[in-house]
This record gives sequence, structure tokens and C-alpha cells, in this order.
Amino acid sequence: MNINFWLNGVCINCEAEPDMILLDLLREKGCYSVKRGCETSNCGLCTVLMDGTPVLSCSILAVRAEGHKITTLEGMQKEAEEFGSFLADEGADQCGFCNPGFLMNVFAMLQELKDPSEEDILEYLAGNLCRCTGFAGQTRSILKFLQYKKEQKEADNA
Amino acid sequence: MLKIRNYIKVKSIAEAYELNQKKTACILGGMVWLKMGNRNISTAIDLSGLGLDTIQETEEEFIIGCMTSLRTLETNQALHEFSHGAVKESLRHIVGVQFRNCATVGGSIYGRYGFSDVLTMLLALDTWAEFYEGGKIPLSEFVNMKKNRDVLVNIRIRKTPVFCSYRSQRNSETDFPVLACAASLLGEETRTVIGARPGRAMIVGDPLGILKNFREMTNKQRAAAIASYAEYAADHVPTGSNMRASAEYRTMLVKVLVRRTWEAVGGMKNEY
Ligand SMILES: Cc1cc2nc3c(=O)[nH]c(=O)nc-3n(C[C@H](O)[C@H](O)[C@H](O)COP(=O)(O)OP(=O)(O)OC[C@H]3O[C@@H](n4cnc5c(N)ncnc54)[C@H](O)[C@@H]3O)c2cc1C
Ligand code: FES
Ligand code: FES
Repeated sequence: MNINFWLNGVCINCEAEPDMILLDLLREKGCYSVKRGCETSNCGLCTVLMDGTPVLSCSILAVRAEGHKITTLEGMQKEAEEFGSFLADEGADQCGFCNPGFLMNVFAMLQELKDPSEEDILEYLAGNLCRCTGFAGQTRSILKFLQYKKEQKEADNA
Repeated sequence: MLKIRNYIKVKSIAEAYELNQKKTACILGGMVWLKMGNRNISTAIDLSGLGLDTIQETEEEFIIGCMTSLRTLETNQALHEFSHGAVKESLRHIVGVQFRNCATVGGSIYGRYGFSDVLTMLLALDTWAEFYEGGKIPLSEFVNMKKNRDVLVNIRIRKTPVFCSYRSQRNSETDFPVLACAASLLGEETRTVIGARPGRAMIVGDPLGILKNFREMTNKQRAAAIASYAEYAADHVPTGSNMRASAEYRTMLVKVLVRRTWEAVGGMKNEY
């Protein structure tokens, strides 16, 4: 089937079989940050944004992307760099395999929640599994990032 | 893997119904459950172009389109207030935000999964399932009906005044529930629902009238009634064993969760 959708701001027109999964199409288009970590919709590694909403690309048919805006980590390099330094400062990552899906969901959370508490953060990110760490470093880095953003905003307003 | 030969984004519910009469056809919800199976689907029917992904509120009811995501249900402020937070509590442990943005209310109810938090919760409210062919059916009836090839269009929650509470026990935060329990004072009725027994959710019933006049009771009377009803529920709710828990453990949980949800409904304790 012929489909049209936006991938990281670029309009894509391509063919997809009716049972092709979005994750596989995105990888075919060179978005290798999108990975499959499980077969049960449980790990969150395949998270991408669909019109700004975080979804599991392993559970969506490619044809359902028709007309929508899909964003992967490849399309958020600036944000990834900015937040990435906070992760690095906390030594949060170990193998880093869970990182792309985690980052995409963090970006979605920063858009959706105003001033989240630590509890809100943990609840929002509960669907992102990490085999290596206990997410303590990740949580610290988000809290510090939020604080940094707040101070930046205050400085801008002053 | 799921195999699909044809994909059709339908223009009307009538079209979906027609297509769905073929045994090998299949309606797509969020596909989160479906994609784990190994079915060969001749025609996959997509309802996502029909505007059925929103919640409308009228004077009498909440009308929830079948394609509404579990996340939309969870974050609806009016329903949150109406259910005293119970609806959100029933949904927020289901896997993760991304998952709940995909899974639909229609797929969750139509599937009538034994482990379902959604079914357990909605059975405790005055909920109706609206089908294209079959019309409006109380959810309490639909839960025990045989599978057919109808199209679930809306879930309707009537605004019968309710006090309710929801609790589940899980082995880990985002796993399936080991047991789920909802208690509600629904108009004059007291209703207790147990899910993830691990069989399908059931309304427990109160033939002895243990909770009768719950509203009028003093706190002391309520505590006694709740203790006695928790015993009754543990004696009468069939439970089973699976890899998550044994039947004995589930029966113990029935007693504890029935007590806790009713204490919360009675406004006696709310810290669980
Ligand atoms: C790993 C995993 C963990 C889960 N954990 C939980 C949990 O802890 N608690 C919980 O409550 N649930 C849980 N679920 C279930 C989940 O919340 C959904 O209920 C389930 O995925 C079905 O919703 P869906 O939108 O994905 O439906 P689909 O998978 O698309 O469809 C399910 C079935 O419903 C049919 N269908 C869909 N829409 C309609 C319609 N409008 N009319 C007629 N038929 C229709 C489909 O043909 C299919 O047979 C879990 C699921 C998975 C995969
Ligand atoms: S690959 Fe694990 S949730 Fe999508
Ligand atoms: S750092 Fe290895 S899986 Fe998360």
C-alpha cells in the first residue's frame, strides 16, 4: 500500500505491506535508534512520537502512520545533546541500549507534565525498562535538568 | 507473527460490520494485544477514521468511543472527579504511558480478558456497551455473553451517583494484576467486583444483605459489616492458580482488597 507521512519533519511517500510494523519501516528508513527490545509491548525501547504523543512503534501498523507526524531520536538531536550531558554527569547509562526509547519518553513527559514531582516522573517512565540500572541516575538527571530549565527560564524573565 | 492480507480504513460503522461478518476478518483496536498472536487476517478493519477516539460528556452520561486510548480515559478530568480517582487508579499501572496511548477502551472491553483492570473498574459503574447491531447492553450482561461478530461502538457510563474505590495487587509495578477489586455505592446498590481471579471479572453480590444500608451505618457498624462481607467474598469468589499466584493467595487477597476498597468508599481510611 502507498502511504504518506512525516518522518522527522520530512515528507515520506513509500510502499508498505498491510502487516508491516511501523518499527520495521522506520529502521528501513535509516532510523536505527528505534529498536525492538521485547515481543510483548512491555519494554518501551521502540518509543517514538506520533503527533507529539509517545507510542510503541512495535505495536503499530506502518499503514496507520498515514498522514501523521512521526518523530524519532534522529529528529531530536539538539534536545538529546542538551539532556544527554545531564545523563552523563550522573553516570546514568551503563550499556545504553534502553537510552533512545527512554529519551523519547522523557521528551514527551517534558511536553506533557508541568512541573512533575519525582513520583510523577517515575510513573510516567514506568514503561521504559532498563536491564542494567535501577534508574536512580536517570531520575537524578531529570530532576537536575528540570531545575536547570527552571533557572534558565527565570534568568530569561529577569 | 500477525499476518494481514488486506487493510481497510472504513468510512462507516456499517461498512466495518459488513466486512467483519467474514470469519477471517478482524477489527483492529490499538493492536497491542492482537499483534502478539499468530493469526492470519484476511481483512484488517481500521475504525480510526471515524472520530471514535474521544470522550463526550452529556448531562446523563460519559460516551467513550471504542477507539479512545486508555491514556485518554485516564487523564479525563471529569471522569476522574466523577469516579473519585478510581478510574485513574485502575489504569495507571498498566505497562506504561506509551502503551496506554496505544491500547483502546474498545479492545479492552471487547476482549473481556481475565486479567483486565479496565473491565473490573467499569463493571463497578453504571456502564453500558453499545454495539452496532446489538444496541446498548449493560456491561454486567455483556461480560458473560458469547463472542459474536458485532462492532463495539461506544462505552457509556451513566452518571448514577457513585462512591467508588479501586485497588489491585501486582507482583511488580507494571505487571498484570494478581488480583483486582472495585467497590462502589452505586445509587442504592452496593457493588463489589473482583477481577484477575485470574478468571474474568465478576460482580460478587450480597444475597445476605451484609452491606445493606451501608450509607446509614455508623463507622462502627460499617467496620463490622465490611469485615463480615470480606469473609463472605473470600468464601464465594472462585479463584485459580497461575504463574503469578496460587488460588489460596488470591483468596487471601480477596479478603484484604474487599476490606480496603470498602473502607475507602466508607471514607474511613484512604491511605492504601
Ligand atoms: C503486555 C501486555 C500487558 C497488559 N497488561 C494489562 C494490565 O495489567 N491490565 C489490563 O487491564 N490490561 C492489560 N493488557 C491489555 C490491554 O490493556 C488491552 O486491553 C489490550 O491490549 C486490548 O486492547 P487493544 O486496543 O490493543 O485491542 P486489540 O489488540 O486491537 O484488539 C483486541 C480484540 O478486540 C477486538 N476489537 C477491538 N476493537 C473492537 C471493536 N470496536 N469492536 C469489536 N471488536 C473489537 C479485536 O478484533 C481483538 O479481537 C495488557 C496487554 C499486553 C499486551
Ligand atoms: S519493542 Fe518492547 S515495547 Fe516495543
Ligand atoms: S543501560 Fe543497559 S539497558 Fe539500560
